[in-house]
Amino acid sequence: MLLYIAKRFLLFIPTLFGITLITFLLMQSLPGDPVQGMAGERANPETLARIRAELGSDRPLPLQYLGYLKLLIQGELGRSYYTNRRIADDLLQKFPNTLKLALSAILFASFGGIVLGIVSAVKRGTFWDKTASVIAVGGISVPVFWLGLTLMLIFALYLRWLPPSGMGNGSIVYLILPALTLGTYSLAYISRITRSSMIDSLSQPFIVTARAKGLPELAVVAKHALKNSLIPIVTVIGLDLGSYLNGAVLTETIFGWDGIGRYALDGIMKRDYPVIMGVVLFGAVVFVAMNLVVDITYRYLDPRVRVQGTE
Amino acid sequence: MTKIGLLHDIGSNKLVLTAVVVLTLLLATAVVGPLFVHYDPLAMDLDSLRQAPSTSHFLGTDSKGRDILSRIVHGARISLAVGITASIFSLCIGTFAGLVAGYFGGKVDIALSQVFDIFLAFPSLLLAIGISAVMPPGLASAMLAITMVSWAGFARLVRGLTLSLKEQTYVEASLAIGATTGRILFRHILPNALPLLLVAGSLRVGGFILLEAALSFLGLGVQPPTPTWGSMISLNRMYINSAPWMVIFPGLAISITVISFNILGDFLRDKLDPRFQG
Repeated sequence: MLLYIAKRFLLFIPTLFGITLITFLLMQSLPGDPVQGMAGERANPETLARIRAELGSDRPLPLQYLGYLKLLIQGELGRSYYTNRRIADDLLQKFPNTLKLALSAILFASFGGIVLGIVSAVKRGTFWDKTASVIAVGGISVPVFWLGLTLMLIFALYLRWLPPSGMGNGSIVYLILPALTLGTYSLAYISRITRSSMIDSLSQPFIVTARAKGLPELAVVAKHALKNSLIPIVTVIGLDLGSYLNGAVLTETIFGWDGIGRYALDGIMKRDYPVIMGVVLFGAVVFVAMNLVVDITYRYLDPRVRVQGTE
Repeated sequence: MTKIGLLHDIGSNKLVLTAVVVLTLLLATAVVGPLFVHYDPLAMDLDSLRQAPSTSHFLGTDSKGRDILSRIVHGARISLAVGITASIFSLCIGTFAGLVAGYFGGKVDIALSQVFDIFLAFPSLLLAIGISAVMPPGLASAMLAITMVSWAGFARLVRGLTLSLKEQTYVEASLAIGATTGRILFRHILPNALPLLLVAGSLRVGGFILLEAALSFLGLGVQPPTPTWGSMISLNRMYINSAPWMVIFPGLAISITVISFNILGDFLRDKLDPRFQG
């Protein structure tokens, strides 16, 4: 197991090089001076000189890339054009907000998706199954930003049950609409995976045994079938959580949630390139790290995979 | 599965039939629809700002008095053009790269697979934002961004298919009679991978349309005043309380389109790919 984890970590390294290479090339393709591009127009001469020394725009590209890596290792993602603040600091400051939103969304999505998936697997072919599959197709097809606006219109502006936007002072009512918006896509996806995985488990011989020994149907479904269907479900939950920065850009924008997503949108609106690239890089690293965690959990959860791995 | 059998199955499945009808209408709307709408999608009418749906403006007007129905009809062109073009481009690039990686194996495979993994390591919308942000925004940048974030997924699929197809006896046979590599790849392996590729492609079109809408919403797609579904929502979202139709209708257009593509894609997958059958 340890050997496997070590191996996966080693594979992580070339991927990180690749990701940084892509963001580097994107920065290079910007019009104008890349040093100004990274430091911002109002950078003090000191920062400017340091970044210029590292990037050395007169040197050949591979050396410039190495310089860029060196800056990244020092935690220097560049400075915002407009505020001249360090982007790494901004990201760290806003990350907890995004994390809070993402965790609430995945909680809602996992619970709702698993329930929906179980219901449609158990009641396969009935009205309930069909309703659930409509929700599942709808959930992955509706644009996140429009869903958010529609929920806001219904629950905040017409019914006035919830606040339309903002973060309150951490009050949970402000979290509900953004979390529903961000979580719906995953809910739909998790429900599909749960359904097919449950249908698979329910057709296994051990289910017949469980029923034959007279277990109540609820115990058969919840204890025997669900437990054996969990691996693909957990995988999807992990991967979705890793990609939540995608949806967060749109969700946070709509609900005025002060996280990394809205920070990215501010960057886009102002053409604040270092900010945009900082978020892209950050999102990719989070995503890859999440994949790594999922892979390792997967090994841990499924003894069969573990045996194959050690052979 | 024969073609006639497939058509018969579409006919007997009401949901899929509806999706096909919707998509056909949509395609017709995108091609000839602009000839039939009464209003110019760019014409501002300051006497009829933010009007609710009525008999003169079926879906109402926006904050500049432009007819929403006519803007949605024109916007269909961009959504479909970007969605379908990006699918074709990324399928072509992905297929080529995947064929090469899977067929030649060894170091070529390791190097190319590493490249696929790197592109797949980005959350798709974020990478699309990064790519389109460094270019002048417009139709070309949206298409390029979506192609760049999606080709690697197809490449990985084709690579896997090629790995198994190249072990088939008919490949061995054509090697024995001295067929060129190109002939084996494009005349023997590719045609056998094609049904699965088309399924994968059709499953992704909906996602590409969503991605285009998201880029437009963020101001990184086709620029105003040209109407796109995504930008219609973002430009009018501050009026959501007083004039919700300006936001609701373009969103419905996106949703219905993507739902139809997804239903069709799911159906094709179930029919053509036995491995996915649940």
